[in-house]
Amino acid sequence: MNGVLLCVQLKHKWKRMMENKRVAIIDYGVGNLFSVAQACSHVGLVPEITSNPDTVKTADAVILPGVGAFGFAMAQLQALGMVDAITSVASAGKPLVGICLGFQLLFEASEEMGRTPGLGLLPGIVRPLRDAVEGIGYDQTVRIPNVAWLPVAPPQRMANQAAWSSTLLNGVAEGAEMYFVHSYFVDAALHPVSVAEVAYYGFRYCCAVSSANVFGCQFHPEKSGESGLQIYRNLARKIDFI
Amino acid sequence: MMLRPPVRVIPRLDVKGQNLVKGIHLEGLRVLGDPSYYALRYAGEGADELLFMDAVASLYGRNSLLDVVEKTARNVFIPLTVGGGIRTLDDISKALKAGADKVAINTAAVNDPKFVSQAAERFGSSTIVIHIDAKKTKSGGWNVWTENGREPTHLQVEPWAQQVAKLGCGEILVTSIDSEGTMAGYDRDLLSVVADKVAVPVIACGGANAPHAIADVAHGIDISAVCVASILHYRLAADLERQGYAFGASGEFKVIAEKRDFSRVTPTTIADIKQALHERGVVVRSTQTQMEAHDGK
Repeated sequence: MNGVLLCVQLKHKWKRMMENKRVAIIDYGVGNLFSVAQACSHVGLVPEITSNPDTVKTADAVILPGVGAFGFAMAQLQALGMVDAITSVASAGKPLVGICLGFQLLFEASEEMGRTPGLGLLPGIVRPLRDAVEGIGYDQTVRIPNVAWLPVAPPQRMANQAAWSSTLLNGVAEGAEMYFVHSYFVDAALHPVSVAEVAYYGFRYCCAVSSANVFGCQFHPEKSGESGLQIYRNLARKIDFI
Repeated sequence: MMLRPPVRVIPRLDVKGQNLVKGIHLEGLRVLGDPSYYALRYAGEGADELLFMDAVASLYGRNSLLDVVEKTARNVFIPLTVGGGIRTLDDISKALKAGADKVAINTAAVNDPKFVSQAAERFGSSTIVIHIDAKKTKSGGWNVWTENGREPTHLQVEPWAQQVAKLGCGEILVTSIDSEGTMAGYDRDLLSVVADKVAVPVIACGGANAPHAIADVAHGIDISAVCVASILHYRLAADLERQGYAFGASGEFKVIAEKRDFSRVTPTTIADIKQALHERGVVVRSTQTQMEAHDGK
């Protein structure tokens, strides 16, 4: 009898917990959102792919994914009325995660096609990876885009090397390989928000940032096997603590 | 070559209807079973990416492959590329919605090169892989073939590779029709020529044989990934055969269930290939899980 009661109570508690883990995945017309949603479901989150700013504002966490051109993406976000929604999520203290292009959009501006302003939530400029890699002067063909599984590690020159485990990277092994696919990079390696770096043809750059409730990564955690899924698990845990 | 990024190992799954198939020179397809089974096994064994090719869509305008992709994307968290029958921007959208990260385009790009730049602008360069099916000519070069290796064109491979790179594609997948399914080795000359002419990643495909031979090619030529099919598939097909899998159930195709079909093949795993690459000094992603406990430190 008591067992049945306990079961019912647990079921209700579970249902409440699940309802509290609604993650809005912002759909602005580009990228593979299906896999982001699947990764969320895989770790017990309830994903909702949406183009509606109100859905974004009321979610428990928000993921800004994306692949493609920076300028097109910003224009789409503006057209959908999504810029204010994202800013309000960031200032409300709810987890906000930017992935790949979504990570780049968190910064001040991009040099892709002239200079396009970004969301400006974090300090840093998005620059062409080819120029930066070729700039270090090794005599070899630099293949762009960077399409590779590369090991990610704490920043070399940062005071906050220990920040790793206080971010969504907690439980990810230092040196774990993540899947990258991009032609531009975030020039923010010297900023305190940088929590992970990667090297491409010997050029090191920032590949993950964490600042209060905002996390972003250049690589695709939903495409990086178990190491990547750990980031989604951490996101699920983080929502518990809000 | 010291700082070269890790070379990816990509199982290629040719799909016809609901079945994984494998031919020789892209013809004489044989049924190998449920592609989702193979996809899951390969992902678990350390594949860096999976390439799904619709073996017939380009000919008949069908797209049942996306069901297989969606089923796979529910359980597999590595990059998925889809090719075969991608003709419009809407086709690309549909593939991405089904869980694909990239699309491989051949015929539609040849028919209308502007489609490459349109697709790259709309979905990002990194989403667009140009697939070149190459066949040797009598004069010693290579021509581009379309419709999954059935239609010759007058395009030569080298200028075409340069053109699609300029148009904004993110990667070039080069399949040697002459080598495809033969397990006689990649076409080194073809790969060298393409890798020298472009500065986008080049993926080798067609003819993968023994791990050490794959490693030799990846060591000597600046390719970014190697596609492998027969030598991986036939090992799993043999597993399925032992389990009593009814290869003949679909009726329509020739069946591979006889042992003699496997006899030419040395069963190979992704780990075997990566080990050979590693021993040859080619960096690869490790096949072991990276999840070491790291909490609170």
